[in-house]
Amino acid sequence: MSLSSSLHVERETGLIEALDPRSRLIGAAVLVAAIVSLHTFTARFAALGLAIALVVAARIEPRLIVRRLAHLEGFMILLLIMLPLTVPGQPLASFGPLTITDRGVERAFGVVLTVNAAALCVFALIGTLEPIRLGRAMAALGVSERFVRLFMFVVRYHGIFGVEIRRQFESMRARGFRAGVRRHAFRSYGNLAGMILVRSIERAERVDEAMRCRGFSGRFPMRRIRSMTFADALFAAFAALMVITLVGLDRFA
Amino acid sequence: MAHIPDGVLSWPVLAAGGVVAAAAVAIGVRALDEQRIPRVAIVAAAFFALSLFSIPLGPSSVHLLLSGLMGLILGVAIFPAVLAALLLQAVMFGFGGLTSIGVNTINIALPGAIAGMIFAPLVAQADVSRAAFYGGVCAACAVLGTGLLVSLSLYASSPDFAVSSRIVIFSYAPLLVVEALVTGFCVSFVKRVKPELLARTRSA
Repeated sequence: MSLSSSLHVERETGLIEALDPRSRLIGAAVLVAAIVSLHTFTARFAALGLAIALVVAARIEPRLIVRRLAHLEGFMILLLIMLPLTVPGQPLASFGPLTITDRGVERAFGVVLTVNAAALCVFALIGTLEPIRLGRAMAALGVSERFVRLFMFVVRYHGIFGVEIRRQFESMRARGFRAGVRRHAFRSYGNLAGMILVRSIERAERVDEAMRCRGFSGRFPMRRIRSMTFADALFAAFAALMVITLVGLDRFA
Repeated sequence: MAHIPDGVLSWPVLAAGGVVAAAAVAIGVRALDEQRIPRVAIVAAAFFALSLFSIPLGPSSVHLLLSGLMGLILGVAIFPAVLAALLLQAVMFGFGGLTSIGVNTINIALPGAIAGMIFAPLVAQADVSRAAFYGGVCAACAVLGTGLLVSLSLYASSPDFAVSSRIVIFSYAPLLVVEALVTGFCVSFVKRVKPELLARTRSA
């Protein structure tokens, strides 16, 4: 994760890059909505296949994908351990008081497939989108202008505070700060957070004044979003076909 | 675990979360007057940056939610602030659900907003040490609320999650303690250095 360049993510070069951010956003939403509605394993495997194909098309480094999925599994691990043990069904194996059931394992496996397929889809389609372009796409899709403005500020300034946090943490360490479960460590983190917030409001006042001096009208000029191209039409057709295929497989296979 | 990914929750839960989140974000955005948007947004950016900072805790580490503190400082603007942070996380790191973004926004922001509403007047009037205590309690309540809501989202989604949903709450215990301590110390710092940030005027 790079905190210093919040405005740019690694520029992608794959097929996905040719698409308009709006079609990527809508495409991701529609595909993920279809994926989370699947119930059969055939359809879920097909969804995972589709998601992998999208990631390949987006030319994302495998290393990044692995790191991101590992992060996801960290979230899921509790559910994955609990489901086989707690869902009622035919017992498969037991360890002392704990029994693994067939329905539980099936449920856990199903969740893993769906979650990973959906996550890869999101990753391929919008995980490589520059935040500013997401903001523009939201504005073009009719999302509240005030919300988009707030989003743009968060995009613009969080990296600056990230750098400030890192700098301050480094100076803490230079003064002999050691992390640990100690009162002093938590007090230091509290002071760090407090200092960042105090600086943020001071910065906010300066920015606000500077904007008013320059006659900020309450609205950012947004670069005109280019119109949809043939690639977007193709992608829309592809996404529709995939949704029909997945749902069809789920119902009739 | 506060961010539930796509593919875990059922449609009724996702839809309910989406509708409630849309309403709450709309209220939060409306409540901002035009002049305050840049200020609130820049403070929201600071909160987002702080939540990315990981605090080592034994063999593991935790990321702060800071939802109690956001409730104290931002008020109802916490809803759009959390939604913006979740969206940004989705594009920057490619994680966080799309279908579950409404549920996640509510799970994180709603307890923070309520705790903030309750504790902000107390923190504003108290002296430094008492304000720190209220701040800590506010943060603990917010994390507990998030744990309960995450658990409820799972419980309402499928009977298969019935047992897991109860255990999920316990996974919030370390975060609850760390949040309460860090928020308490942070409130103490802010109260001494820039008390108007916690004064519930229209400054933030």
